[in-house]
Amino acid sequence: MEPFADTAAAPTVRAVVIGGSAGSTEVNRTILRGLSAAFPAPIVVVLHMHPEDGGLMASNLAAILAIPVVEAADKMPALCGRVHVAPAGYHLLVERHGTLALSVDEEVRWSRPSIDVCFDCAAKAWGSGLVAVLLSGANDDGADGLVQVLRRGGRAYVQDPATAAFPFMPTAALAATSLQRGHSPVELADLLLRIEVGAGHA
Amino acid sequence: MEPVEIERIEVNLLLEAIFQRYGYDFRDYARASIERRLSQFLKDSGIADLSTVTSQLLRDPAFFHRLVPYFSVSVTSLFRDPPFYKALREKVVPMLRTWPRFKVWHAGCATGEEVYSVAIVLREAGLLDRAMLYGTDISQPALDTAKAGIYPLEILKQGSANYQKSGGTGSLSDHYHAKYDVAVMNAALVKQITIARHNLAMDKSFGEVQMVVCRNVLIYFNQDLQNLVLKLFLDSLDHGGFLCLGDKESLSFSAVEHAFVAVDEKARIYKKRVM
Ligand SMILES: C[S@@+](CC[C@H](N)C(=O)[O-])C[C@H]1O[C@@H](n2cnc3c(N)ncnc32)[C@H](O)[C@@H]1O
Repeated sequence: MEPFADTAAAPTVRAVVIGGSAGSTEVNRTILRGLSAAFPAPIVVVLHMHPEDGGLMASNLAAILAIPVVEAADKMPALCGRVHVAPAGYHLLVERHGTLALSVDEEVRWSRPSIDVCFDCAAKAWGSGLVAVLLSGANDDGADGLVQVLRRGGRAYVQDPATAAFPFMPTAALAATSLQRGHSPVELADLLLRIEVGAGHA
Repeated sequence: MEPVEIERIEVNLLLEAIFQRYGYDFRDYARASIERRLSQFLKDSGIADLSTVTSQLLRDPAFFHRLVPYFSVSVTSLFRDPPFYKALREKVVPMLRTWPRFKVWHAGCATGEEVYSVAIVLREAGLLDRAMLYGTDISQPALDTAKAGIYPLEILKQGSANYQKSGGTGSLSDHYHAKYDVAVMNAALVKQITIARHNLAMDKSFGEVQMVVCRNVLIYFNQDLQNLVLKLFLDSLDHGGFLCLGDKESLSFSAVEHAFVAVDEKARIYKKRVM
Protein backbone atom coordinates (compact mmCIF):
# COMPACT_ATOMS: atom_id res chain seq x y z
CA MET A 1 0.00 0.00 0.00
CA GLU A 2 1.69 3.20 -1.12
CA PRO A 3 -1.00 5.80 -1.55
CA PHE A 4 1.24 8.76 -0.76
CA ALA A 5 4.21 8.07 -3.01
CA ASP A 6 4.14 11.68 -4.19
CA THR A 7 4.80 13.02 -0.72
CA ALA A 8 8.44 11.98 -0.50
CA ALA A 9 9.72 15.49 -1.21
CA ALA A 10 6.81 17.24 0.46
CA PRO A 11 7.50 20.10 2.90
CA THR A 12 7.54 19.53 6.65
CA VAL A 13 4.07 19.26 8.09
CA ARG A 14 3.30 22.38 10.13
CA ALA A 15 -0.30 21.50 11.00
CA VAL A 16 -3.08 19.02 10.34
CA VAL A 17 -6.73 20.03 10.01
CA ILE A 18 -9.55 17.50 10.00
CA GLY A 19 -13.13 18.28 9.00
CA GLY A 20 -16.26 16.16 8.98
CA SER A 21 -19.97 16.05 9.58
CA ALA A 22 -22.55 13.26 9.77
CA GLY A 23 -20.85 9.89 10.20
CA SER A 24 -17.42 11.35 10.96
CA THR A 25 -17.15 10.91 14.73
CA GLU A 26 -16.01 7.29 14.58
CA VAL A 27 -13.67 7.76 11.62
CA ASN A 28 -12.10 10.74 13.33
CA ARG A 29 -11.38 8.58 16.37
CA THR A 30 -9.94 5.85 14.19
CA ILE A 31 -7.48 8.12 12.47
CA LEU A 32 -6.33 9.83 15.69
CA ARG A 33 -6.14 6.74 17.86
CA GLY A 34 -2.55 5.80 16.99
CA LEU A 35 -1.08 9.21 17.76
CA SER A 36 0.75 10.46 20.84
CA ALA A 37 1.94 13.70 22.42
CA ALA A 38 5.04 13.33 20.25
CA PHE A 39 3.05 14.26 17.15
CA PRO A 40 5.25 16.95 15.57
CA ALA A 41 2.50 19.43 14.61
CA PRO A 42 -0.77 20.82 15.98
CA ILE A 43 -3.98 19.04 14.95
CA VAL A 44 -7.21 21.02 14.56
CA VAL A 45 -10.54 19.21 14.34
CA VAL A 46 -13.76 20.79 13.06
CA LEU A 47 -16.77 18.49 13.16
CA HIS A 48 -20.35 19.64 12.85
CA MET A 49 -22.08 18.93 16.14
CA HIS A 50 -25.11 19.72 18.20
CA PRO A 51 -25.16 23.45 19.07
CA GLU A 52 -25.43 22.59 22.75
CA ASP A 53 -22.56 20.12 22.79
CA GLY A 54 -21.14 21.94 25.81
CA GLY A 55 -17.59 20.70 25.26
CA LEU A 56 -18.66 17.04 25.27
CA MET A 57 -17.02 16.26 21.93
CA ALA A 58 -13.61 17.35 23.20
CA SER A 59 -13.89 15.55 26.54
CA ASN A 60 -15.15 12.34 24.91
CA LEU A 61 -12.24 12.42 22.52
CA ALA A 62 -9.79 13.16 25.32
CA ALA A 63 -11.03 10.11 27.20
CA ILE A 64 -10.06 7.66 24.47
CA LEU A 65 -6.98 9.18 22.80
CA ALA A 66 -3.36 9.05 23.85
CA ILE A 67 -2.60 12.40 22.24
CA PRO A 68 -3.81 15.27 24.49
CA VAL A 69 -7.10 16.92 23.43
CA VAL A 70 -8.34 20.41 24.30
CA GLU A 71 -11.35 22.43 23.25
CA ALA A 72 -10.07 25.29 21.12
CA ALA A 73 -10.28 28.70 22.80
CA ASP A 74 -9.96 32.22 21.44
CA LYS A 75 -6.31 33.40 21.23
CA MET A 76 -5.04 29.94 22.18
CA PRO A 77 -1.77 29.03 20.45
CA ALA A 78 -2.10 25.80 18.45
CA LEU A 79 0.48 23.49 20.00
CA CYS A 80 2.37 20.53 18.58
CA GLY A 81 1.33 17.13 19.90
CA ARG A 82 -2.14 18.31 20.76
CA VAL A 83 -5.62 18.02 19.23
CA HIS A 84 -7.67 21.24 19.28
CA VAL A 85 -11.41 20.69 18.85
CA ALA A 86 -13.63 23.51 17.55
CA PRO A 87 -16.38 24.31 20.08
CA ALA A 88 -20.04 24.13 19.04
CA GLY A 89 -21.63 27.37 17.88
CA TYR A 90 -18.40 29.18 16.92
CA HIS A 91 -16.30 29.40 13.82
CA LEU A 92 -12.70 28.39 14.41
CA LEU A 93 -10.20 30.62 12.64
CA VAL A 94 -6.42 30.62 12.58
CA GLU A 95 -4.32 33.76 12.83
CA ARG A 96 -0.88 34.03 11.34
CA HIS A 97 1.75 32.28 13.50
CA GLY A 98 -0.88 29.65 14.26
CA THR A 99 -2.93 31.27 17.01
CA LEU A 100 -6.54 30.05 17.13
CA ALA A 101 -9.46 32.47 17.11
CA LEU A 102 -13.21 32.10 17.51
CA SER A 103 -16.03 34.09 15.95
CA VAL A 104 -19.81 34.15 15.96
CA ASP A 105 -20.08 35.37 12.37
CA GLU A 106 -23.06 34.13 10.38
CA GLU A 107 -23.29 30.43 9.70
CA VAL A 108 -21.68 29.34 6.44
CA ARG A 109 -23.67 26.70 4.57
CA TRP A 110 -25.86 26.39 7.66
CA SER A 111 -22.84 25.43 9.71
CA ARG A 112 -20.99 26.97 12.62
CA PRO A 113 -18.29 25.83 13.01
CA SER A 114 -17.79 25.83 9.27
CA ILE A 115 -15.11 23.56 7.81
CA ASP A 116 -14.61 25.93 4.87
CA VAL A 117 -13.88 28.86 7.19
CA CYS A 118 -11.34 26.89 9.23
CA PHE A 119 -9.59 25.28 6.24
CA ASP A 120 -9.36 28.62 4.45
CA CYS A 121 -7.70 30.36 7.44
CA ALA A 122 -5.48 27.36 8.12
CA ALA A 123 -4.32 27.41 4.49
CA LYS A 124 -3.33 31.05 4.86
CA ALA A 125 -1.55 30.48 8.16
CA TRP A 126 0.29 27.25 7.34
CA GLY A 127 0.48 27.30 3.54
CA SER A 128 2.38 24.39 2.04
CA GLY A 129 2.95 22.93 5.52
CA LEU A 130 -0.74 22.13 5.91
CA VAL A 131 -2.26 18.67 5.66
CA ALA A 132 -6.08 18.76 5.42
CA VAL A 133 -8.33 15.73 5.80
CA LEU A 134 -12.05 15.73 4.99
CA LEU A 135 -14.28 12.93 6.28
CA SER A 136 -17.85 11.70 5.97
CA GLY A 137 -20.71 14.21 5.86
CA ALA A 138 -24.11 14.99 4.41
CA ASN A 139 -23.46 18.45 2.93
CA ASP A 140 -20.77 20.10 0.84
CA ASP A 141 -18.97 22.06 3.57
CA GLY A 142 -15.21 21.58 3.24
CA ALA A 143 -15.01 21.40 -0.55
CA ASP A 144 -14.20 25.12 -0.96
CA GLY A 145 -11.85 24.87 1.98
CA LEU A 146 -9.87 22.09 0.34
CA VAL A 147 -9.63 24.12 -2.86
CA GLN A 148 -8.00 26.89 -0.82
CA VAL A 149 -5.65 24.44 0.90
CA LEU A 150 -4.46 23.14 -2.47
CA ARG A 151 -4.22 26.65 -3.92
CA ARG A 152 -1.84 27.63 -1.12
CA GLY A 153 0.33 24.57 -1.70
CA GLY A 154 -1.01 22.38 1.12
CA ARG A 155 -1.93 18.72 0.84
CA ALA A 156 -5.52 17.48 0.88
CA TYR A 157 -6.94 14.03 1.59
CA VAL A 158 -10.55 12.97 1.35
CA GLN A 159 -12.19 9.92 2.86
CA ASP A 160 -13.16 7.43 0.17
CA PRO A 161 -16.92 8.02 -0.28
CA ALA A 162 -17.39 4.24 -0.52
CA THR A 163 -16.17 3.93 3.09
CA ALA A 164 -18.17 6.92 4.39
CA ALA A 165 -21.48 6.58 6.22
CA PHE A 166 -22.51 9.80 4.45
CA PRO A 167 -20.64 10.03 1.14
CA PHE A 168 -22.00 13.44 0.05
CA MET A 169 -19.27 15.56 1.65
CA PRO A 170 -16.24 13.62 0.38
CA THR A 171 -17.87 13.23 -3.04
CA ALA A 172 -18.42 16.98 -3.31
CA ALA A 173 -14.82 17.60 -2.29
CA LEU A 174 -13.44 15.18 -4.88
CA ALA A 175 -15.58 16.87 -7.53
CA ALA A 176 -14.44 20.37 -6.52
CA THR A 177 -10.73 19.59 -6.47
CA SER A 178 -8.15 17.93 -8.67
CA LEU A 179 -7.84 15.05 -6.21
CA GLN A 180 -7.84 11.71 -7.98
CA ARG A 181 -9.31 9.50 -5.30
CA GLY A 182 -10.38 9.08 -1.71
CA HIS A 183 -8.67 7.12 1.06
CA SER A 184 -9.97 4.54 3.50
CA PRO A 185 -9.93 5.35 7.23
CA VAL A 186 -7.03 2.92 7.63
CA GLU A 187 -5.01 4.74 4.98
CA LEU A 188 -5.75 8.08 6.63
CA ALA A 189 -4.72 6.73 10.04
CA ASP A 190 -1.54 5.46 8.44
CA LEU A 191 -0.83 8.85 6.89
CA LEU A 192 -0.99 10.61 10.27
CA LEU A 193 1.06 7.89 11.92
CA ARG A 194 3.77 8.35 9.33
CA ILE A 195 3.83 12.07 10.02
CA GLU A 196 4.45 11.26 13.67
CA VAL A 197 7.09 8.61 13.00
CA GLY A 198 8.77 10.68 10.33
CA ALA A 199 8.81 13.71 12.66
CA GLY A 200 6.87 15.91 10.27
CA HIS A 201 7.68 14.12 7.04
CA ALA A 202 4.82 12.00 5.74
CA MET B 1 7.49 37.20 -0.92
CA GLU B 2 4.54 34.82 -0.58
CA PRO B 3 1.17 36.04 -1.90
CA VAL B 4 -0.25 35.68 1.59
CA GLU B 5 2.32 38.17 2.90
CA ILE B 6 1.40 40.64 0.19
CA GLU B 7 -2.27 40.26 1.09
CA ARG B 8 -1.39 41.06 4.69
CA ILE B 9 0.30 44.27 3.66
CA GLU B 10 -2.78 45.18 1.66
CA VAL B 11 -4.99 44.63 4.71
CA ASN B 12 -2.72 46.83 6.85
CA LEU B 13 -2.79 49.61 4.28
CA LEU B 14 -6.56 49.40 3.89
CA LEU B 15 -7.19 49.61 7.65
CA GLU B 16 -4.74 52.48 7.94
CA ALA B 17 -6.51 54.29 5.08
CA ILE B 18 -9.90 53.85 6.75
CA PHE B 19 -8.50 55.19 10.01
CA GLN B 20 -6.78 58.21 8.51
CA ARG B 21 -9.59 59.08 6.13
CA TYR B 22 -12.72 58.30 8.17
CA GLY B 23 -11.51 57.92 11.76
CA TYR B 24 -12.84 54.38 12.22
CA ASP B 25 -10.17 52.29 13.92
CA PHE B 26 -10.23 48.63 12.96
CA ARG B 27 -6.46 48.25 13.10
CA ASP B 28 -6.49 46.19 16.29
CA TYR B 29 -9.30 43.87 15.31
CA ALA B 30 -8.55 40.13 15.12
CA ARG B 31 -7.15 39.75 11.62
CA ALA B 32 -8.40 36.34 10.52
CA SER B 33 -12.01 37.43 10.85
CA ILE B 34 -11.40 40.82 9.18
CA GLU B 35 -9.61 39.12 6.29
CA ARG B 36 -12.51 36.75 5.75
CA ARG B 37 -15.00 39.58 5.61
CA LEU B 38 -12.82 41.61 3.27
CA SER B 39 -12.60 38.62 0.91
CA GLN B 40 -16.37 38.43 1.06
CA PHE B 41 -16.57 42.12 0.12
CA LEU B 42 -14.22 41.51 -2.81
CA LYS B 43 -16.38 38.62 -3.97
CA ASP B 44 -19.67 40.52 -3.57
CA SER B 45 -18.44 43.63 -5.34
CA GLY B 46 -16.42 41.88 -8.06
CA ILE B 47 -13.20 43.73 -7.21
CA ALA B 48 -9.93 41.90 -7.79
CA ASP B 49 -7.78 43.05 -4.88
CA LEU B 50 -7.72 45.11 -1.71
CA SER B 51 -5.39 47.76 -3.09
CA THR B 52 -8.14 48.74 -5.49
CA VAL B 53 -10.60 48.93 -2.58
CA THR B 54 -8.18 51.17 -0.65
CA SER B 55 -7.73 53.52 -3.54
CA GLN B 56 -11.45 53.76 -4.13
CA LEU B 57 -12.51 54.26 -0.51
CA LEU B 58 -10.01 57.08 -0.06
CA ARG B 59 -11.84 59.07 -2.73
CA ASP B 60 -15.43 57.87 -2.51
CA PRO B 61 -17.28 58.03 0.85
CA ALA B 62 -20.34 56.30 -0.64
CA PHE B 63 -18.14 53.35 -1.55
CA PHE B 64 -16.70 53.31 1.98
CA HIS B 65 -20.19 53.20 3.46
CA ARG B 66 -20.92 50.10 1.43
CA LEU B 67 -17.88 48.46 3.00
CA VAL B 68 -18.59 49.46 6.64
CA PRO B 69 -21.31 46.86 7.33
CA TYR B 70 -18.77 44.13 6.56
CA PHE B 71 -16.86 45.15 9.71
CA SER B 72 -19.83 44.70 11.98
CA VAL B 73 -21.10 41.22 12.74
CA SER B 74 -24.35 41.80 14.56
CA VAL B 75 -25.39 38.17 14.87
CA THR B 76 -27.25 37.88 18.18
CA SER B 77 -30.31 36.29 19.77
CA LEU B 78 -32.68 36.49 22.72
CA PHE B 79 -31.39 34.68 25.82
CA ARG B 80 -28.28 33.58 23.91
CA ASP B 81 -26.47 31.00 26.10
CA PRO B 82 -29.29 30.28 28.59
CA PRO B 83 -26.85 29.21 31.37
CA PHE B 84 -25.60 32.80 31.47
CA TYR B 85 -29.10 34.13 32.15
CA LYS B 86 -29.70 31.41 34.70
CA ALA B 87 -26.57 32.45 36.58
CA LEU B 88 -27.66 36.06 36.28
CA ARG B 89 -31.02 35.23 37.89
CA GLU B 90 -29.51 33.11 40.64
CA LYS B 91 -26.25 34.82 41.51
CA VAL B 92 -26.36 38.45 40.37
CA VAL B 93 -29.99 39.49 40.91
CA PRO B 94 -29.82 38.93 44.69
CA MET B 95 -26.83 41.28 44.87
CA LEU B 96 -28.42 43.88 42.58
CA ARG B 97 -31.32 43.96 45.00
CA THR B 98 -29.11 45.68 47.55
CA TRP B 99 -28.73 48.74 45.29
CA PRO B 100 -31.56 51.32 45.32
CA ARG B 101 -30.75 52.21 41.67
CA PHE B 102 -28.32 50.80 39.18
CA LYS B 103 -27.10 51.17 35.61
CA VAL B 104 -26.33 48.37 33.18
CA TRP B 105 -24.17 49.02 30.12
CA HIS B 106 -24.46 46.61 27.19
CA ALA B 107 -21.37 47.35 25.10
CA GLY B 108 -21.71 45.94 21.57
CA CYS B 109 -25.43 45.24 21.94
CA ALA B 110 -26.01 44.76 18.19
CA THR B 111 -29.76 44.74 17.48
CA GLY B 112 -30.63 44.77 21.19
CA GLU B 113 -31.88 41.25 21.93
CA GLU B 114 -29.38 40.94 24.78
CA VAL B 115 -30.56 44.21 26.37
CA TYR B 116 -34.19 43.11 26.25
CA SER B 117 -33.27 39.70 27.66
CA VAL B 118 -31.56 41.25 30.69
CA ALA B 119 -34.42 43.74 31.07
CA ILE B 120 -36.85 40.80 31.14
CA VAL B 121 -34.82 39.07 33.86
CA LEU B 122 -34.87 42.30 35.89
CA ARG B 123 -38.59 42.76 35.31
CA GLU B 124 -39.34 39.26 36.53
CA ALA B 125 -37.23 39.95 39.62
CA GLY B 126 -39.19 43.15 40.27
CA LEU B 127 -36.06 45.27 39.76
CA LEU B 128 -36.77 46.87 36.42
CA ASP B 129 -37.89 50.26 37.69
CA ARG B 130 -34.65 50.64 39.65
CA ALA B 131 -32.57 49.95 36.55
CA MET B 132 -31.40 52.01 33.61
CA LEU B 133 -30.08 49.92 30.74
CA TYR B 134 -27.78 51.42 28.11
CA GLY B 135 -27.19 49.63 24.83
CA THR B 136 -24.29 50.83 22.70
CA ASP B 137 -22.72 49.70 19.44
CA ILE B 138 -20.87 51.10 16.42
CA SER B 139 -23.45 49.89 13.93
CA GLN B 140 -26.19 52.48 13.39
CA PRO B 141 -28.58 50.13 11.55
CA ALA B 142 -28.28 47.64 14.43
CA LEU B 143 -28.94 50.42 16.96
CA ASP B 144 -32.03 51.55 15.04
CA THR B 145 -33.51 48.07 15.44
CA ALA B 146 -32.54 47.98 19.13
CA LYS B 147 -34.20 51.32 19.73
CA ALA B 148 -37.45 50.39 18.00
CA GLY B 149 -37.77 47.18 20.05
CA ILE B 150 -39.68 45.53 17.24
CA TYR B 151 -38.58 42.11 16.00
CA PRO B 152 -39.89 39.52 13.57
CA LEU B 153 -42.22 37.21 15.49
CA GLU B 154 -39.99 34.29 14.42
CA ILE B 155 -37.18 35.58 16.65
CA LEU B 156 -39.43 35.58 19.70
CA LYS B 157 -40.58 32.06 19.01
CA GLN B 158 -36.98 30.86 18.84
CA GLY B 159 -36.15 32.89 21.95
CA SER B 160 -38.91 31.23 23.91
CA ALA B 161 -37.07 27.90 24.29
CA ASN B 162 -33.95 29.71 25.50
CA TYR B 163 -36.06 31.79 27.88
CA GLN B 164 -37.40 28.59 29.47
CA LYS B 165 -33.91 27.10 29.75
CA SER B 166 -32.71 30.29 31.43
CA GLY B 167 -35.07 29.61 34.30
CA GLY B 168 -37.88 31.87 33.12
CA THR B 169 -40.89 31.30 35.33
CA GLY B 170 -43.55 32.90 33.18
CA SER B 171 -43.80 33.07 29.43
CA LEU B 172 -41.73 35.16 27.06
CA SER B 173 -45.01 36.40 25.60
CA ASP B 174 -45.61 38.28 28.86
CA HIS B 175 -43.01 40.72 27.59
CA TYR B 176 -44.16 41.57 24.08
CA HIS B 177 -47.31 41.74 22.07
CA ALA B 178 -47.67 40.23 18.64
CA LYS B 179 -48.93 42.40 15.82
CA TYR B 180 -49.27 40.58 12.51
CA ASP B 181 -45.81 39.06 12.00
CA VAL B 182 -43.86 41.27 14.37
CA ALA B 183 -43.39 41.40 18.11
CA VAL B 184 -43.40 44.75 19.88
CA MET B 185 -41.44 44.69 23.12
CA ASN B 186 -43.39 45.75 26.22
CA ALA B 187 -43.34 49.49 26.89
CA ALA B 188 -42.18 48.91 30.47
CA LEU B 189 -38.97 47.41 29.06
CA VAL B 190 -38.49 50.05 26.37
CA LYS B 191 -38.91 52.84 28.93
CA GLN B 192 -35.82 51.77 30.90
CA ILE B 193 -33.58 51.31 27.86
CA THR B 194 -31.41 53.99 26.24
CA ILE B 195 -29.69 53.23 22.95
CA ALA B 196 -26.62 55.20 21.87
CA ARG B 197 -23.66 55.00 19.59
CA HIS B 198 -20.33 54.29 21.21
CA ASN B 199 -17.10 52.97 19.75
CA LEU B 200 -15.17 50.83 22.21
CA ALA B 201 -11.96 51.22 20.22
CA MET B 202 -11.99 55.01 20.38
CA ASP B 203 -14.51 56.55 22.77
CA LYS B 204 -14.04 57.37 26.44
CA SER B 205 -15.81 55.89 29.44
CA PHE B 206 -19.54 55.89 29.45
CA GLY B 207 -19.89 57.14 33.03
CA GLU B 208 -20.21 55.07 36.18
CA VAL B 209 -22.25 51.87 35.94
CA GLN B 210 -22.95 48.93 38.22
CA MET B 211 -22.88 46.26 35.54
CA VAL B 212 -21.19 45.90 32.16
CA VAL B 213 -22.42 43.27 29.73
CA CYS B 214 -20.04 42.84 26.79
CA ARG B 215 -20.57 39.50 25.17
CA ASN B 216 -19.10 38.16 21.92
CA VAL B 217 -17.40 41.45 21.13
CA LEU B 218 -13.92 40.97 22.61
CA ILE B 219 -13.28 37.89 20.45
CA TYR B 220 -13.22 40.28 17.48
CA PHE B 221 -10.35 42.29 18.99
CA ASN B 222 -6.67 41.47 19.30
CA GLN B 223 -5.12 41.16 22.75
CA ASP B 224 -4.00 44.80 22.94
CA LEU B 225 -7.44 46.16 22.14
CA GLN B 226 -9.06 43.62 24.45
CA ASN B 227 -6.94 44.87 27.33
CA LEU B 228 -7.67 48.49 26.48
CA VAL B 229 -11.41 47.84 26.45
CA LEU B 230 -11.28 45.77 29.65
CA LYS B 231 -9.46 48.68 31.30
CA LEU B 232 -12.26 50.97 30.12
CA PHE B 233 -14.82 48.64 31.75
CA LEU B 234 -12.79 48.50 34.95
CA ASP B 235 -12.72 52.29 35.12
CA SER B 236 -16.44 52.56 34.36
CA LEU B 237 -17.53 50.05 37.01
CA ASP B 238 -18.55 50.92 40.51
CA HIS B 239 -16.75 48.94 43.24
CA GLY B 240 -18.50 45.60 43.57
CA GLY B 241 -19.97 46.03 40.08
CA PHE B 242 -20.36 43.16 37.64
CA LEU B 243 -18.71 42.36 34.35
CA CYS B 244 -20.32 39.77 32.05
CA LEU B 245 -18.45 38.36 29.07
CA GLY B 246 -19.36 35.93 26.30
CA ASP B 247 -19.29 32.17 26.68
CA LYS B 248 -15.83 31.88 25.07
CA GLU B 249 -14.32 35.02 26.58
CA SER B 250 -12.47 35.09 29.86
CA LEU B 251 -10.56 37.43 32.13
CA SER B 252 -7.84 34.83 32.65
CA PHE B 253 -4.50 36.11 31.35
CA SER B 254 -5.95 39.59 30.73
CA ALA B 255 -4.39 42.74 32.11
CA VAL B 256 -7.30 43.32 34.53
CA GLU B 257 -7.61 39.76 35.83
CA HIS B 258 -6.57 40.72 39.36
CA ALA B 259 -9.04 43.56 39.66
CA PHE B 260 -11.96 41.11 39.51
CA VAL B 261 -13.16 37.96 41.26
CA ALA B 262 -15.23 35.34 39.49
CA VAL B 263 -18.88 35.12 40.54
CA ASP B 264 -19.39 32.25 38.11
CA GLU B 265 -16.40 31.43 35.89
CA LYS B 266 -18.39 29.16 33.57
CA ALA B 267 -21.06 31.80 33.00
CA ARG B 268 -18.26 34.40 32.61
CA ILE B 269 -19.62 36.66 35.34
CA TYR B 270 -17.06 38.66 37.35
CA LYS B 271 -17.23 41.19 40.16
CA LYS B 272 -14.96 44.17 40.55
CA ARG B 273 -12.99 43.92 43.78
CA VAL B 274 -13.77 46.46 46.44
CA MET B 275 -10.46 48.23 46.99
C1 LIG C 1 -21.58 39.33 17.62
S1 LIG C 1 -22.27 40.84 18.10
C2 LIG C 1 -22.63 40.54 19.80
C3 LIG C 1 -24.05 40.93 20.18
C4 LIG C 1 -24.48 40.57 21.60
N1 LIG C 1 -23.64 41.21 22.60
C5 LIG C 1 -24.51 39.07 21.78
O1 LIG C 1 -23.64 38.53 22.45
O2 LIG C 1 -25.40 38.44 21.26
C6 LIG C 1 -20.87 41.93 18.11
C7 LIG C 1 -21.24 43.41 18.09
O3 LIG C 1 -20.10 44.18 18.44
C8 LIG C 1 -20.16 45.38 17.74
N2 LIG C 1 -18.85 46.04 17.70
C9 LIG C 1 -17.77 45.71 16.97
N3 LIG C 1 -16.78 46.60 17.19
C10 LIG C 1 -17.24 47.49 18.09
C11 LIG C 1 -16.68 48.65 18.70
N4 LIG C 1 -15.44 49.05 18.41
N5 LIG C 1 -17.43 49.35 19.57
C12 LIG C 1 -18.69 48.95 19.86
N6 LIG C 1 -19.27 47.87 19.32
C13 LIG C 1 -18.56 47.15 18.42
C14 LIG C 1 -20.65 44.96 16.37
O4 LIG C 1 -21.19 46.06 15.65
C15 LIG C 1 -21.69 43.90 16.73
O5 LIG C 1 -22.97 44.45 16.81
